[in-house]
Amino acid sequence: MYVVIIGCGKTGSAIADLLSKNGENVVVIDKKSISFEKLSPDFTGFTINGDATELSILLESKIDKADMVIVTTEIDSVNSMVSQIAKYIYEVPKVIVKINEPDKAIIYRNTDIMTLSPTDLFIDKLRYRLAKEGSGTLNEESLS
Amino acid sequence: MRIIIVGDGKVTYHLIKKFIAKGYEVSAINDQDEYCDYLAGKTNALIIKGDGTNPYYLNQAGANKADIILALTDNDPDNLYICQIAKSYFQIPKTFSVVNNPDNEDVFKQLGVETIFNTTKLISLLIEQRVEVSNVSNLISIEEGRLNISQVVLQPDSPIIGKTLKEIDLPLDIVFGCIIRKEKILIPKGDTELLEGDKALIITLPEKQAEAFEVLLGE
Repeated sequence: MYVVIIGCGKTGSAIADLLSKNGENVVVIDKKSISFEKLSPDFTGFTINGDATELSILLESKIDKADMVIVTTEIDSVNSMVSQIAKYIYEVPKVIVKINEPDKAIIYRNTDIMTLSPTDLFIDKLRYRLAKEGSGTLNEESLS
Repeated sequence: MRIIIVGDGKVTYHLIKKFIAKGYEVSAINDQDEYCDYLAGKTNALIIKGDGTNPYYLNQAGANKADIILALTDNDPDNLYICQIAKSYFQIPKTFSVVNNPDNEDVFKQLGVETIFNTTKLISLLIEQRVEVSNVSNLISIEEGRLNISQVVLQPDSPIIGKTLKEIDLPLDIVFGCIIRKEKILIPKGDTELLEGDKALIITLPEKQAEAFEVLLGE
């Protein structure tokens, strides 16, 4: 599988390492070249230093050939723009985007872009764990 | 008419003043304390301090009942986000956006934001035209730069001096609007003769402008 990852922060670099270890072809794009130092020495993919909201940088990554694009920068408006370019201009089959501020996720309603919010995941996991421990302090109602 | 402006700098400030003078209800969103204080002190707009891409602040600015939103920040992803959320979530009928990177014009259009001011392209086009030929000035660009009205001062070496309009081989897409001769305005007819020092006003498509200048100036 050919995967383009936008943003080489904590999330992006960890996903890049994981996919690379699983034998996928990975390209990571980040605005700051220093970000690539987070990648493990075993990372076998490529890195591109540049602004992913510029089409020339995306084309350099061969995004038009990608099976999957994962967008993980810290800025929601950048994530929104890049994921829409991937989905609707380059017609990438699977586009996954990280949500930093849950309020801003409404932009993805009625789109084919898959969203993942660390905040919501944290809350879900916490709720699950507390439910398992039988604690009554945090139940469905108080968290939704 | 209710207008929301997300942006900073002088353009935002002057637009707010203009719209308020026209009697519109204006609200502005900006995340800088200083700029918000400045706007609050100098205009009667509703000033919201916050992140203009956050639906919470858009709502505070009255996005639910706004007629128009202008995204004028220097950050293209923010401008795109603001216009898209304004349209899809708040159902604001008219959205306008500045694009800073000229290449983003197509991207915005493909992603549903239709009314775009490609400021970098417009300004560089204007400067380029002035710098290139000094006896040519671009007076006005309309329809987002898709039509230009420019003025050409006819130099002694112009190949059309002494000729009548009929005799000039003017390309079809160029309209010879009028001639300014000293202080007088002449509406040109087929037998109007062109003289040295005449200012010719021409209306052209931007891509035909070079061709028009060639006919009027030679070279």
